[in-house]
Amino acid sequence: MGILFNILNLAIFTSTLRITTPILFAALGGCMTERSGVINIGLEGMMLMGAFAAAVGSYFWGPWLGVLFGIFVGGIMGLLHAFMSVTVKANQIISATAINIFALGFPNLIVPVLWKGHYAMTPVVPVIKSIQIPVIADIPVLGPIIGNLNPIVYIAFLLVPVVHYVLFKTRLGLRIRAVGEHPKAADTVGINVALMRYIAVTVSGLLAGFGGAFLSVAYQSQFSQAMTAGRGFIGLAAMIFGRWRPFGALVACLIFAFADAFQASAQAAGVPIPPDLLLTLPYLLTLIALAGLIGKKAVGPAANGKPYFKD
Amino acid sequence: MPSIIRMENIVKRFPSVLANDHVNLEVEEGEIHCLLGENGAGKSTLMNILYGLYSHDSGKILIRDREVRFRGPADAIANGIGMVHQDFMLIPVFTVVENLILGAEPVKGFSLDLEKAREEIANLSEKYKLDVEPTAYIENISVGMQQRVEILKLLYRGAEIMIFDEPTSILTPQEVDELYKIMNFLRENGKTIIFITHKLKEVMEISDRVTVLRDGRVIDTIDTSSTNPHELARMMVGREVLFRVEKPSVRIGKRVLKIENLHARNQRGLPALNGVSLDVAEGEVVGIAGIDGNGQTELVEVLSGLRKIDRGKISLYDRDITNFTPKELIDMGIAHIPEDRRLRGLILDFHLYENLILGFQDNKPFRRGVILDLKRVKEWSSELVEDFDIRPRDIDVNAGSLSGGNQQKVVIAREFSRNIKLLVASQPSRGLDVGATEFVHNQIMRVKAEGKAVLLVSLELSEVMNLSDRILVIYEGKIQAEFDPKKTTESEIGLVMAGGHV
Ligand SMILES: Nc1ncnc2c1ncn2[C@@H]1O[C@H](COP(=O)(O)OP(=O)(O)O)[C@@H](O)[C@H]1O
Ligand SMILES: [Mg+2]
Repeated sequence: MGILFNILNLAIFTSTLRITTPILFAALGGCMTERSGVINIGLEGMMLMGAFAAAVGSYFWGPWLGVLFGIFVGGIMGLLHAFMSVTVKANQIISATAINIFALGFPNLIVPVLWKGHYAMTPVVPVIKSIQIPVIADIPVLGPIIGNLNPIVYIAFLLVPVVHYVLFKTRLGLRIRAVGEHPKAADTVGINVALMRYIAVTVSGLLAGFGGAFLSVAYQSQFSQAMTAGRGFIGLAAMIFGRWRPFGALVACLIFAFADAFQASAQAAGVPIPPDLLLTLPYLLTLIALAGLIGKKAVGPAANGKPYFKD
Repeated sequence: MPSIIRMENIVKRFPSVLANDHVNLEVEEGEIHCLLGENGAGKSTLMNILYGLYSHDSGKILIRDREVRFRGPADAIANGIGMVHQDFMLIPVFTVVENLILGAEPVKGFSLDLEKAREEIANLSEKYKLDVEPTAYIENISVGMQQRVEILKLLYRGAEIMIFDEPTSILTPQEVDELYKIMNFLRENGKTIIFITHKLKEVMEISDRVTVLRDGRVIDTIDTSSTNPHELARMMVGREVLFRVEKPSVRIGKRVLKIENLHARNQRGLPALNGVSLDVAEGEVVGIAGIDGNGQTELVEVLSGLRKIDRGKISLYDRDITNFTPKELIDMGIAHIPEDRRLRGLILDFHLYENLILGFQDNKPFRRGVILDLKRVKEWSSELVEDFDIRPRDIDVNAGSLSGGNQQKVVIAREFSRNIKLLVASQPSRGLDVGATEFVHNQIMRVKAEGKAVLLVSLELSEVMNLSDRILVIYEGKIQAEFDPKKTTESEIGLVMAGGHV
């Protein structure tokens, strides 16, 4: 009982929110890209590039410009994937895998050029500090959990309703979804299929880049090799559990992040379970959550992953 | 009458065919103008050019005597042209409203103004008597209503010129009548309609003028009132067409197929066949007439081994074949022309020579050890392609690239090329033009002449009447009555099909 109390302290909820943040960015990016009919498993690499660019930017121009640079570079990677999948009509998995591999190697090449003697890791860079939200921080129990977080965490959570609104309430969203379901039907009513997909995929890159920036200039204070550690993929999985919907994806991200925070806390509390086993907990829980969903139909956009060929 | 559309010398070449060869088309304002032609004649291509979906290689398009150049459908829509495509362009998971406004969405600030759209649509729907449910999802509404949604889509965009690409092919007879009413109403309201079809009856019933296309060329444009189905058929096919098939006189022999008290369920697990009994003899064609959804699909699936039965017995030459697998049935000598050739008859991504041996690819002449003897397969396929006049004469193309008529020829060539005892043909002429239908019917008569048994299932009553020796009417999974085609009328059978009694 004492141990459980040690594990389930308030900090676990705060850290759940922090762990959620980068995954949520990827999941939201996943909603955008797949709703438009382009599979983007390159979110992982885009996030990694975003993390790297943000660290570089932060080192030279300060943390906020660093974040902007990370977002920008993520967007460039998104644009590249859009070009490969929409214009070249290459295999989307292969294009995205190339991006992932590129993102693994590229920082290693640049780091020693920028910083003599450094390999695979940037020096410590300035970070974005947490902020205290006046009234909210004073609410008992809740206040300490949500009242004192990194601004990027708040931005990520605010983006959930924003992406939902864009996808489901606006003209642009209707068109993006139409293109992901039945591109020819969209084409016959005069919608520019390629343009919609370019927009959606590029935005997914921007979001992934944002998530990466959070990792290197907020969650941690430097870039290190492969620091995304699969968060882009987890975000995609969360997006699928959430049925291609931002709020659903949010719930999936929270489940995963809570399990992750729980296992870290359990390790720290000295629970007599091998840490390797504890580490599997988030993945296990996510699997169970998925299994619970399986009864219901989880179908994605009908034209997902299919290039559109105009005759 | 002033001409609203003039297409002059339109040429469109696809890599393999010249789809439109200097086509001239002139449509008058306020008329219903039919584009008649066999499958592959180039009708859809011509209209896709007019709609801005395809670009033409050369030629001019004039709308109200002003030359236009469309870069895409958006330009065509802006010029008052709308098109209902052969396959509907609707998004199943969107509502009617969302489908309708797509590409022309009303907004309030950044948000879609669905409320305004719904009102507008309800008004239009009322004005043109289209009766659609704005908030329903497309996947949940009938095909007929989907088509009305497509029509509304054009009206919503203010289309003055409406193109309908083979709109009747997926409709029930009642829905076709409904559509005619709508089209006439649209014409009364000043719309111009271009109606694509390969059915002569439809041309005669609905159009003011008709342009006949054949092999990408215009044969002629004439007033419908000054022509007749025979003349149109001749123009369309390029030769005389017999509308009645010659039935060979064959001695009816031994009983081949016997079905006793057959019970089976449909896809959703509900009873579909409720005690069907029938038999078919050598040299006999037994036709099953009925309205779609009365158990025909399930009956054919049972006979091809695709559906297990609950109760009953099926025998072939007195041998029990109940619940045999498809492969066993094929080896027993049952040939099958499925109702959906693209889904069940062919593998569209396979070459013709592969499709031509499906089902017996592992039998002797084509197999050497565990590998296919491709040389044999190809020789044999080339012969079939020649014998059955399959175009193009190229066994290396994919089945999916063929026209509907030629796809059906591939199925028939495969099924008839082996030693069969029974042919189960389900809607063998569905979606085929006059020439191809004639071919299919003659082939079925050839099977009969060879003394084989034929079970013909068709939704086209005239087809059943023309080909069968006996007609059985199926209603709610039961054979309701038997008719002798020589001693009955379509209306008599139609009554039983609708659940009435003789
Ligand atoms: N997108 C395309 N690519 C290649 N060939 C095509 C394409 N569309 C049509 N064709 C060919 O052009 C010819 C005319 O086709 P189509 O206009 O669809 O005929 P119809 O509508 O009269 O049945 C056919 O031989 C068809 O195979
Ligand atoms: Mg056509």
